[in-house]
Amino acid sequence: MTTFTKIPKHIEDALTSRRKFLKTSGLLVVSFGAAAAGAGSFLMRSGAGLAAVPQATGPYPDLDYRQLDSWIVIHQDNTATFHVGKTDCGQGTGTAFRQMMSDELDIPYDKTTCIMGSTDVTVDQGGSGGSDAIQTDGLPMRRVAAEARRVLLEMAATRFSVPVDQLSVADGVITVKGDASKRVTYGELIGGRKFNVALSGNNINATTGRAPMKTVQELKVVGQSPQRYDIPPKVDGSLKWAVDVKLPGMVHARNVRPPMAGAKLISIDESSVRTIPGFIRVINSGNYVAVVCEREEQAVRAAQTLKVNWEKPATAPFPSSEDLYKYMRTVAPTSRANPIVTGNPDAAFASAAQTIEAEYEVPFQGHTAFGPAHATADPSNGQMTIYTNDMKSYGMRNGVATFLGMPRENVRVVWMEGPQAYGRTAADDAGFEAAYIAKEIGRPVRMQWMRHEETAWDTKGPAFTFKMRGALDNQGNLTAFEYDARAADHGHLGYNEPDTVLIAQLMGRRPRTPAVGSADRPADMYEIPNKRLITQVVPLPLVFETPLRMGNLRDPNGPQCTFAAESFIDEMAAAAKADPYEFRMKLLTASTADDNAFRRARSIATLKAAAEAFRWDPRPSPKPRGSGNILTGRGIAYTYRSQTVAVQIAEVEVNRQTGHVWVKRMVCAHDCGLVINPEGLIRTIEGGMLHSLSRTLHEEVQFDTEKVTSVDWLTHPTMTHQDTPERIDVVIVNGDPNPKRPDLPHYGAGETVCKPTLAAVANAIYDATGVRLRRIPFRDARVLAALRTAGV
Amino acid sequence: MANVTLRVNGATHTVDIEPSTPLLYILRNDLNLQGPRFGCGVGQCGACTVIINGVATRSCITPTSSVQSEITTLEGLAKDGKLHPVQQAWIQEQVPQCGFCQNGQIMTAKALLDRTPNPTDTQIREGMARTLCRCMTYYRIQAAIKLAARTMRASVETSKKEVLA
Repeated sequence: MTTFTKIPKHIEDALTSRRKFLKTSGLLVVSFGAAAAGAGSFLMRSGAGLAAVPQATGPYPDLDYRQLDSWIVIHQDNTATFHVGKTDCGQGTGTAFRQMMSDELDIPYDKTTCIMGSTDVTVDQGGSGGSDAIQTDGLPMRRVAAEARRVLLEMAATRFSVPVDQLSVADGVITVKGDASKRVTYGELIGGRKFNVALSGNNINATTGRAPMKTVQELKVVGQSPQRYDIPPKVDGSLKWAVDVKLPGMVHARNVRPPMAGAKLISIDESSVRTIPGFIRVINSGNYVAVVCEREEQAVRAAQTLKVNWEKPATAPFPSSEDLYKYMRTVAPTSRANPIVTGNPDAAFASAAQTIEAEYEVPFQGHTAFGPAHATADPSNGQMTIYTNDMKSYGMRNGVATFLGMPRENVRVVWMEGPQAYGRTAADDAGFEAAYIAKEIGRPVRMQWMRHEETAWDTKGPAFTFKMRGALDNQGNLTAFEYDARAADHGHLGYNEPDTVLIAQLMGRRPRTPAVGSADRPADMYEIPNKRLITQVVPLPLVFETPLRMGNLRDPNGPQCTFAAESFIDEMAAAAKADPYEFRMKLLTASTADDNAFRRARSIATLKAAAEAFRWDPRPSPKPRGSGNILTGRGIAYTYRSQTVAVQIAEVEVNRQTGHVWVKRMVCAHDCGLVINPEGLIRTIEGGMLHSLSRTLHEEVQFDTEKVTSVDWLTHPTMTHQDTPERIDVVIVNGDPNPKRPDLPHYGAGETVCKPTLAAVANAIYDATGVRLRRIPFRDARVLAALRTAGV
Repeated sequence: MANVTLRVNGATHTVDIEPSTPLLYILRNDLNLQGPRFGCGVGQCGACTVIINGVATRSCITPTSSVQSEITTLEGLAKDGKLHPVQQAWIQEQVPQCGFCQNGQIMTAKALLDRTPNPTDTQIREGMARTLCRCMTYYRIQAAIKLAARTMRASVETSKKEVLA
């Protein structure tokens, strides 16, 4: 049998050369026994192939973000490598980082490369999260690149004995103005050597040199759309992913989960798997059980075959999904934020011409990553290296070190590409499991979850119930708005926490108190004189060792809260017999007060841009009902997230015989300030919007009173090719209201568009049918039942 | 365990395995062909798709010993160092987000276009319906399939003309 031992080449090349560079440059902040550090790389080339040798002996000390060399390396051939502490969930952020940094450095984009997110060779920018890669982390990247350019200009000034202002720079070449014979490339000035330039800044986001960033008008690469560098290797099969890692002596592990939530392990019959070829060991601690075999298919079989006796918990861990909302409305909240009250809502309701009330419901929804959670851990030489797609590689390093009781300098996490992972996914859990088992058995371990495990046990976006109330005066003005949200978010998991990752919970570790969780408020710039916003968190009976465990899912609360808020605004518009667009515009323009991100002005511009792109014709909803089998309608929804504004319009076809909803067309107007890569942004918006369309139409985690019953793509359906809109228009708005200062910063774009889709579709269905759907998702049977009840 | 001989991307391999092992594990772990990926293990998502006898086949539920014909994986689509028109269209349209499913999308689209060189929108939607993407890149995939179809038809026309000339 042929065997391969291979770390993906691009990772290996990058890491080995990087570590050598860092070691010789003294950039590693060695905080303990550095004398033990070996010099070997963990892979060496041998002949035509790659022969594996044990990983470098470590340790893996922290990089100093206050050193320019930690961020940028310029090579003799006048190319540059950027080292950034971020990861990419598939939106092409690496390409955007290269654009921003090459622009500031004045080096051609195609002469640069970018290394991301591996803890020993890139500074700790936290990995991904909060859609802040461009908005927040892009700034230190730009500043350090500008600083490198400044330093290079000074070096050239010394070389040519001219003042810096006598130099010009383009494409990595510095020339003396008026004397083209005097030229030097960046590579000639510093190639292969270190800058040795200290930076300042009290935290990594504040990192800066002395050079200022360019103004928006000076940027050349920013605003263009170079193709993403990661796409060709994803298309030709050459990219090696975290799931592809192979190491010498590597074995395969699979988990055996409790068959019902909260079950207690009584006994394991190891003899049930001992005869399986390749069987190595059953791993067990508390209620955590896994099997380890030489080959992957053997581990799969052993996990299916292993006989384990479990004791059912005395009380039900949760209500069934059928009874969830009733339970959530009646259970005592574990936390309740102080209501935010504007004006006098009670008086406004008392004097209202019309009062409308409505309740909305959103189920638990999963990340359900397309490839189940996985990681490979290498325990050789007393170190621990974890290969993972976890978007927070630095957090995993810290968490695993604590979990295993190892000094963090002995742990490193190598980030590699993986299946979409927007938020706190089970990638965290798999990384800890791989590391734990690797340490137990002393061999490299590849852990991968199975599909049923991923869908059932992955972290969930919290379920919500909402109670809304609104008042209209006799002119149809919205005079009062009341929002009461309950999130089933008690015990919300953080990232890579050594006491809350699933293996820790199953082993019996607990945080002293479960996390409080949260429920968001609506995000809009509507001017409503009287408001009461109430947010509460409710618990499920079982908080730990449960598959209904909450974690951040692509804008953790936004889709749910915006569904309720923007559906209800539509209900108020309908009650006022007003056009839904005009009703919103009136609420936005009722004040001229704005904030320092001009969110009101930009909201108005974005709302207008969406309506224009759609060719919105003002009229109240619902429209007169058609007589055919297919009813059509349009719906609009608006929100912002941080400083980014999004407005979406959905056009739907509703089949009155089957209840099937097809969103035929979507428009999204989007203002995230300065755009780095327009084509990349458009696709990010499309993907985020359609992800939420899937959540709108299909996604619901279902469970009985013992276990999650959504275990695959049939029982937890997702959007398919057949649901895809026939047309999508993305309008990139630059809503900067100040023509004298057309230089809005670059804001984040990863998650805002996930928020309005649910309401836009619900509002469109109402427009088409006159039926208001207030519970997500809009699967055919539910829509049909609602149509039948309404006599449509 | 038994010796099983497979022909993949033009090369012949003999592996000593449990013959009922799903083909996916053998391709990935023994033959180092990692284009096909594990997504569900139950034939629902398409991440593991390979082409056998012109048919897009889910290797996660295909017993290795049942395969008698040549297997093409993602790595085998390029010819003479040139990417297949479907792959080229994927780059031109900048289709992938995370890209994890795209093996299935590309292999299924390739088989679809071989069978139906000029597919209608409905044929594309139906032909691709069971190949899932969690980044929801479907809109771009459908555009890329149309682009690839045009390229492939143009190339057939060109080669016909060359034969006539």
